[in-house]
Amino acid sequence: MSDQAVPVSGAEVKSKLSSDDWIMRGFIVAVGLWMVLTVLLPLYFMLSKSMQDHDGNFIGLTNFTTYFSTPALFYSINNSFFIAIVSTIITVSLAFTYAYALTRSQMWGKGLFKTIALLPLLAPSLLPAISFVYFFGNQGIIKGLLGGHTIYGPIGIIMGEVFYTLPHAMMILVVALSTADARIYEAAVSLRTSTLRTFFTVTLPGIKYGLISAIFVVFTLVITDFGIPKIIGGKFNVLAVDIYKQVIGQQNFEMGAVVSVVLLFPAIAAFIVDRIVQRKQVAALTSGAVPYAPKPNRLFDGLMLAYCAAIAFIILSILGMAIYASLVKFWPYNLTLGFSNYDFELMDGGGWSSFSNSLRMALYTAIFGTIIVFTGAYMVEKAKGFGVARGAVQFLAILPMAVPGMVLGLAYIFFFNHPDNPLNGIYGTMTILVIVTITHFYTVSHLTAMTALKQMDPEFESVSASLKVPVHRTFLRVTVPVCLPAILDISIYLFVNAMTTVSAVIFLYSTDTSLASVAALNMDDAGDIAPAAAMCVTILFACGGVRILHVLLTMGLHKRTQAWRVR
Amino acid sequence: MTSNQTAQPYLKIEHLTKRFGSFTALNDVSLDISEGEFVCFLGPSGCGKTTLLRAIAGLDIQTFGTLLQGGRDISGLPAAERDFGIVFQSYALFPNLNVEKNVSYGLVNKKTPRAQIKTRVAELLELVGLPDQGRKYPAQLSGGQQQRVALARALATSPGLLLLDEPLSALDAKVRTYLRHEIKHLQRRLGVTTIMVTHDQEEALTMADRIVLINEGVIEQVGSPTQMYREPRTLFVADFIGAMNQLPCQITSDRAVKIGNLEIACRTHELPIGSNGVLTIRPEDIVPRGLGGEGQNGRPDTAAAGASIDVTVGEMEFLGSFWRAELSGASLAGNKLEADVSINAVQRMDLAPGKNITIELPVERVTVFAKPAAL
Ligand SMILES: Nc1ncnc2c1ncn2[C@@H]1O[C@H](COP(=O)(O)OP(=O)(O)OP(=O)(O)O)[C@@H](O)[C@H]1O
Ligand SMILES: [Mg+2]
Repeated sequence: MSDQAVPVSGAEVKSKLSSDDWIMRGFIVAVGLWMVLTVLLPLYFMLSKSMQDHDGNFIGLTNFTTYFSTPALFYSINNSFFIAIVSTIITVSLAFTYAYALTRSQMWGKGLFKTIALLPLLAPSLLPAISFVYFFGNQGIIKGLLGGHTIYGPIGIIMGEVFYTLPHAMMILVVALSTADARIYEAAVSLRTSTLRTFFTVTLPGIKYGLISAIFVVFTLVITDFGIPKIIGGKFNVLAVDIYKQVIGQQNFEMGAVVSVVLLFPAIAAFIVDRIVQRKQVAALTSGAVPYAPKPNRLFDGLMLAYCAAIAFIILSILGMAIYASLVKFWPYNLTLGFSNYDFELMDGGGWSSFSNSLRMALYTAIFGTIIVFTGAYMVEKAKGFGVARGAVQFLAILPMAVPGMVLGLAYIFFFNHPDNPLNGIYGTMTILVIVTITHFYTVSHLTAMTALKQMDPEFESVSASLKVPVHRTFLRVTVPVCLPAILDISIYLFVNAMTTVSAVIFLYSTDTSLASVAALNMDDAGDIAPAAAMCVTILFACGGVRILHVLLTMGLHKRTQAWRVR
Repeated sequence: MTSNQTAQPYLKIEHLTKRFGSFTALNDVSLDISEGEFVCFLGPSGCGKTTLLRAIAGLDIQTFGTLLQGGRDISGLPAAERDFGIVFQSYALFPNLNVEKNVSYGLVNKKTPRAQIKTRVAELLELVGLPDQGRKYPAQLSGGQQQRVALARALATSPGLLLLDEPLSALDAKVRTYLRHEIKHLQRRLGVTTIMVTHDQEEALTMADRIVLINEGVIEQVGSPTQMYREPRTLFVADFIGAMNQLPCQITSDRAVKIGNLEIACRTHELPIGSNGVLTIRPEDIVPRGLGGEGQNGRPDTAAAGASIDVTVGEMEFLGSFWRAELSGASLAGNKLEADVSINAVQRMDLAPGKNITIELPVERVTVFAKPAAL
């Protein structure tokens, strides 16, 4: 088995492609083209826009020079980083303790607390901001707690971001903490290591990667978030809101592009670190590990319960305040309850039709997004040869994670609204909203699909080929049914995010395609804060309903398929 | 026991080389397989057995070389255009389809009428000994049963060639022995040309018509199980198949070698006189003196007129049907030998650790190989 040259008779074997190979390669090329059209070209157009003047002439880095010599603009960089760093520290600390309680204690009600901590995922990020206005705003019920400081500014933004990013950090840390190997802890106990020392020498190193990942995910979410600083930021400017102000307020698209490029940098840096860490984490898992089972400890369990109850109480109060505010007739003068704020037809923003638009958009996103993502992932994972194209598609599928929603939306304006683009017909339609949303949430969906596909026996396709069964038949008869739980997960993820997203769609909706989350934002802008709360609550309940449906479906599916699923 | 070698081979592998980047996994492999033959690819882990099987299947096409199946050049054809059935180590049964649907998976596609499919599936399940398990899902079957379903599925379309990649390695010892027998029986009955990959020499010896021993990407030797056992052509083969004593020696003539001062007669060889070699003899071929006119394996003693050596019995290990005794002695120059002695012989000779005996190394059983460079 040497590397030395061997005498070889004849030329290299030319392998003939089967019809399956052609089909799969066709799909890979199609998905690749799709990604080029929906990610790469828009970003390219945005980059070139940042180097143009109003008339479209190339002017190099002049716009960037202007940006960095205008304090009102570049101060936002400081502000954004300040908010992101502080929010990340608070969120990750809170989430770590919460996740620790869920995985390492024997406290009561773990399932309940986990569910409560996940609730913020179902609401648009505007919702906590609106709640905080009712708690701490000029007429807030407990504004005294702020000691004279205003909620409109960094305090409000940070509080809102912590609420909004807590579930993301918690999920990552729960996974990291529950993959612990009990054997290491047993070793520590047998060596009479103190609890504190065990924590610092065993627990923390063990979840190192999860912790780093959580930090960067939260950081990215905060620095790219638009909804919370828009509602509650006051005069405190951050990058994401600057893009909005440049584009919508001043119609200065070039400067909007410059700010987008500035915002892309931290997002891409965080993304790269996260990818590297993820790769290491996979390698760190050993197969022989014994899951850690916590032992009861009254004092510790009690403390943990108290902590989780406090956090859960805060989360529920924030959600509850939004619901209450949406029902109150006229805050704070007439506190009688009623549904008058839900009469969206009287408000700016598109009325109830924006809600039905959102439902439609979320449904299309879930259906088409799942089909595109899952089929694409299948082809990338199972095709033979064609390595360069597969690698390229894989890269393009991971890329959207690094692109903030505002940036993607703006890039879509430049690309799809370009007069010479044959696709500019979709500008202002439902189609472009669906496409931008699928793209914005592509990466997580793709990774979920890949994880499920990697668990399939790699020889299914070989067996099918030997039996002369075409690959699409095996895909539909075996792959899809076996991966159905993951497929459901992907579609629900796309649905909920399509319902709640603001940043990706804020530049792209038209009067006919106004969306619920955008309507809430616009109503708040117009001073109709109670109807804005009502719209957020409507979205919350729609997402909650779909979640419950998902749980029921998954349970039903589990029942029907438990005969063949290996436990 | 080998099939008719003069007939046109069913599968002809010529100068096959497979590279993964700069790494050569198979190096200029040529092999003919006759119709109806049961061939085992045997070799240590990572030697290229699976690579060769997958090249034959068209799942990972070779870099160089040609493949002819039934006279047809299939060198570059994709798997879907070749004629074979395959069973993987993981079985790769479709978990969401029941046994019947798994078995009929390849039939449905051929637009076979329903009734006919049903009969065929029943027939196949009968054949592999699972007649009433059609409605169960793979997860509800034992490993051995899953293995048989995979076999039935591979045979359903009546392929001309059956490929098995370590089909028994995931099973426990008892089921494995049973299934060895079953598969061999089935193969004889159907007469389907079969290639099985294994790294278990016992499996290869009991099942194969012919064994192809592969080492580091090249074929070391091809032959019937008895040939491989009795006439190993290289030290690697001698070492890999069965137990083998190996003693370093000096070549003194074309029929003798020297260990220390002891001269030992051996089979004729062509190694240069004066060079270093390795003397080999199987433990069961060593004959303790004093067993009368007969070697323990029923060989007449006259044929075994080889070197006589005085040795001391060391540790003895009971291996069920015989004892394996460790032998050492001054004339062995610090080397040790292992000899297999039947239970009867041990009793008759009153063999026990510490006892001094004389053994004989029958000339025809002593084979000498060149000393490998690395040793
Ligand atoms: N796709 C691949 N890329 C690179 N190297 C490979 C690839 N597949 C196999 N190899 C290498 O080729 C050699 C032969 O592999 P192969 O799988 O054929 O071994 P094997 O004889 O089947 O071993 P085992 O008994 O462990 O299954 C190994 O060294 C392996 O590392
Ligand atoms: Mg193998």
